[in-house]
Order: sequence, then structure tokens, then C-alpha cells
Amino acid sequence: MITAERKPLDELIEYVKPFKRILLLGCNECVTVCAAGGRKEVGLLASGLQMALLKSGSNIEIQQHTLERQCDPEYVEELVPMIDGTEAILSMACGCGVQQLAMRFKNLPVFPALNTKFMGASERQGVWAERCQGCGDCVLGITGGICPIARCAKQLMNGPCGGSTTGKCEISEDVDCVWQLIWDRLKSLGQEDRYVDIMPAKDWRSGGGSGPRKIIREDLAE
Amino acid sequence: MENFEPVIIAFCCHYCAYTAADMAGSQRLPYPANVKIIRIPCSGKVDALHIIKAFENGADGVYVAGCLEGDCHFKNGNEKAARRITYVRNYLEEIGIESERLMMVTMSAGMGYRFAQTATEITEKIRKLGPSPIKIAIAQ
Ligand code: SF4
Ligand code: SF4
Repeated sequence: MITAERKPLDELIEYVKPFKRILLLGCNECVTVCAAGGRKEVGLLASGLQMALLKSGSNIEIQQHTLERQCDPEYVEELVPMIDGTEAILSMACGCGVQQLAMRFKNLPVFPALNTKFMGASERQGVWAERCQGCGDCVLGITGGICPIARCAKQLMNGPCGGSTTGKCEISEDVDCVWQLIWDRLKSLGQEDRYVDIMPAKDWRSGGGSGPRKIIREDLAE
Repeated sequence: MENFEPVIIAFCCHYCAYTAADMAGSQRLPYPANVKIIRIPCSGKVDALHIIKAFENGADGVYVAGCLEGDCHFKNGNEKAARRITYVRNYLEEIGIESERLMMVTMSAGMGYRFAQTATEITEKIRKLGPSPIKIAIAQ
């Protein structure tokens, strides 16, 4: 999923202060799962903003709504009947959702309520960790299902580096050396020979190195 | 605000504090009428949203009363509640509400005296803090 965290309240207040009526918009997908921008977080932020603004003597009408997904135009379209009179949208989706709104509503200012962080997985309740950087040419099949791009501080394709100590990365004792993890896993799979193969330098064009990426499925595209 | 009488919301777990409140009643132990009790199935069930809404609607203080450590009817709801309280206290500070207005307390079902005493102490504490800044802002 895409993970995110709420921005500090002060920053959000600066965004919405100039308006009389705003729409605070959540998203029912990834950001709901990582407890950053779902229906509940919309309610919490609306109350928090309302109280903080009240204290500073201003009063803004905050309409609350949560879309099934903010990154798909058919859901964004649902906003059309309810957007009359709205002066700005504060979006609690990831950056993709915010941009989808900005594309659709040309005359409305759109602000992000969240800082979008990374593509990650849940390690346990309340803990999310980075797992993939969308390199466009997945190597998990060679690395025992553990990603050296998202999880090695140096993105080494043939690690580990000299800083790997007792299974930990040199950047912090709290960070596992991903190449240690890869080696351990290959060993338990009986695939040590994979480790000996030298991986060629990665072609980063598929990973965004040649500009913004797009997927076009000819059979589906209209 | 003269003659300030604080409004305090107490989210009380059915298996301990709520029963303790009953006990206080049957023992004829007085406690301030400022404390409005909301019965909940477990302190771990209290959501951040419930607490924030209480403050938005004019509460001067809020507390969550759960079972004694290690005694939760649902294993560890009280530990979860304590972590949530810490989280909401930080949010209150961000909003500009003193975090001391939100508390977590624990007691067992038999502690009628402790219930009454806690309610009295918290009412006095909030009385000293004065009306919540939100209440003041609404009144202006
Ligand atoms: S906008 Fe799309 S990608 Fe972003 S959180 Fe919502 S569903 Fe996920
Ligand atoms: S190798 Fe690339 S696609 Fe595969 S998990 Fe890592 S970053 Fe993601």
C-alpha cells in the first residue's frame, strides 16, 4: 500500500485560513489502512481544525466526505454535485489523489493534508515499513523475495557493503542489512548459487530515470 | 467565566469503573455532579474521535477509566487505551488545548471509594485549570 502521515496542524491551518468553506476529503483505500486519511481521520482532523481555528477567532465551514478512491476519475466525479460553494479542497489521500482532484477541478485550490511516504507493508499493528520503490523491473525473483532497492540504503545490487555488521546496516543498529536477509533466505531455500551470480548494473529507465512513467493497456484504454 | 462549573466526561469501562460508580452509589459516597459518565464495553473501545468530539462540544476535561493493570476483561484493552490517550494528548497540544485535561485512570469494580475520590480530584484539577479554551472561544 501507499503509506502516509498527517501534516502538522499548523501547516494545514495556513492552507485553509483564507477560506470560508472547504471540503475535507478522505480516501477509503491505502490511507485508510495506514490510519492516515480514512473516514475516521477526516473526522478527527475536521474537529481539530475547527477547534484550532475557533481559538484564533476564525470560523470555517468544513464539509467532510470520503471517497472510495481519490485516484480514479469515476469516484472523483461523485464530488460534482456536492462541490457547489466549496472554496478549496483539503485532501487526505496520497499525492496521487490530491493531483487527481487538482486535474479535475481546475478552479479550486487543492491542498495535501498528508505527507505521502512510501510503498510499504504492515510489519505489525501500527507499524509500516518501506518495501518497494517501483523500479519497474522487479528483481525479487533473484533475491529471495526481499528487495535490495527499497531496503538497502545504498541500493546495492550485489551486496552487502563493508558496513554490514552482525546482520545490521551501517546506517543504524535498528535497520537490518537487507543483503544479510537475502543471504539468509537464499540459504534456507537452498539457492546459495543465486547469490554468487553477479547482477548487472540496473537500467533505471524503467524506474523513472527517463521521465514520468505511464502504463497503457491497449485492450482497456479508451 | 465566574462560578465556573467544569463539565467532565468520564468514559467508564463496564467491567470496572462503571460498576465502581454503582458501588459508590450504593455506599452513599458522594462525588461531583460535574462528572458525566458514559458507559463503554472496555476502555480500549474509546476512540480518539469520541474524546476529540467531547472537547469540541464543550467538555472541560475528559477521562477514561479502565481496569487495573493486568486485569482487563478483554486482556489488554486498558493498555491500548493508555497508548491512545497519549496519542490524543499530543493532538490536543497541537490544537491548543492543555493535554492535562485528558487523563487515564484505573480501578477495579469493587473500588467505589476510589471512584468517588478520583471524580472529586479530577473535578478539582479541572476547576483549577479553568474553562477549556474551546469553551472560551465559543463564548466569545
Ligand atoms: S488515492 Fe489511490 S493510491 Fe492514494 S491512498 Fe487513495 S487509493 Fe491509495
Ligand atoms: S525490485 Fe523493484 S519492483 Fe521489485 S520490490 Fe524492489 S523496487 Fe519494487
